[in-house]
Amino acid sequence: MKRSLILWIPLAGYLIFLLVASLGLNREQQTVIESRMIGKPMPGIDLPAASTLSPALSTKQMADGKPRLLNIFASWCVPCAAEAPQLTQLAQRGVRIDAVAIRDAQKDVDAFLKRYGNPYQRIGLDARSTLQFYLGSSGVPETFVVDGKGIIRYQHIGYIGPQDLDTIMTKLREAES
Amino acid sequence: MRRLLPLMLVCAAPAFAQTALPPAPYADRQLEDPAQEAKATALMHTIRCLTCQSQSIADSNASMASDMRSEIRERIKRGEEPEHIRAWLIERYGDWISYKPTAEPILWPLWAAPALLLGAGGVLAWKRIRHKRKGSA
Repeated sequence: MKRSLILWIPLAGYLIFLLVASLGLNREQQTVIESRMIGKPMPGIDLPAASTLSPALSTKQMADGKPRLLNIFASWCVPCAAEAPQLTQLAQRGVRIDAVAIRDAQKDVDAFLKRYGNPYQRIGLDARSTLQFYLGSSGVPETFVVDGKGIIRYQHIGYIGPQDLDTIMTKLREAES
Repeated sequence: MRRLLPLMLVCAAPAFAQTALPPAPYADRQLEDPAQEAKATALMHTIRCLTCQSQSIADSNASMASDMRSEIRERIKRGEEPEHIRAWLIERYGDWISYKPTAEPILWPLWAAPALLLGAGGVLAWKRIRHKRKGSA
């Protein structure tokens, strides 16, 4: 009796394996990688101007008492164009937005801004994703809320849609305290 | 259609978003010192690509992966230790970015499994051998 039970163990093991594997197949493959830099100070890097239309950006000068957004975008990134109207709306509401253009060229950024509007106060060029690595950011577009002390308070991953505006405004308000 | 457009853009972009910029200096060029290059390559094979998540940055053609390869090679060239670079990346992206298993409690079963299996196998074999001997005696 005991012996015959033991004989079933490999089959049971195989079935467990099958169950785990089939559950794994249905899981979402791409995971969103959140930055571990939330709550930490903004890494200070001097970036050259990405455009002739806005001044260069040094992330060392972000602790000036008032919160702001740091938008990570690129002229070659399609969702970045899709979120441009929302950023313009935020800028019209008085939100200060700085930007980093990833792996970009000045003439492309200029063309992008002329076409989709320029809600940015300063735009730095991150030609080799350096600031992105420092920020723990994994793609474009992404938007960080930075408080008046230069601490990163929130990370929005992906495009900012009209439905995200309230969250962004709330996070900015929270960053004021 | 119009309303769907932003959604479609979001879905479409990550796969095709590429840049016109030339790759970073050490993205696809080896370091001059073979020992340093070996260190860098070993590390790059255990760092996960952020864009193509099933590949290491050594295997991926994503522009972010090539930037990261260059970053790693330049840091190694400056004399930084591979494990220091790994720690630096984990600090920013979490354990997720490293393919090298850590000694975190969640992985203890993984580390213990070989020992447990070997132990179980040993006990089984020992019992069998003893059984056989008794039988033959």
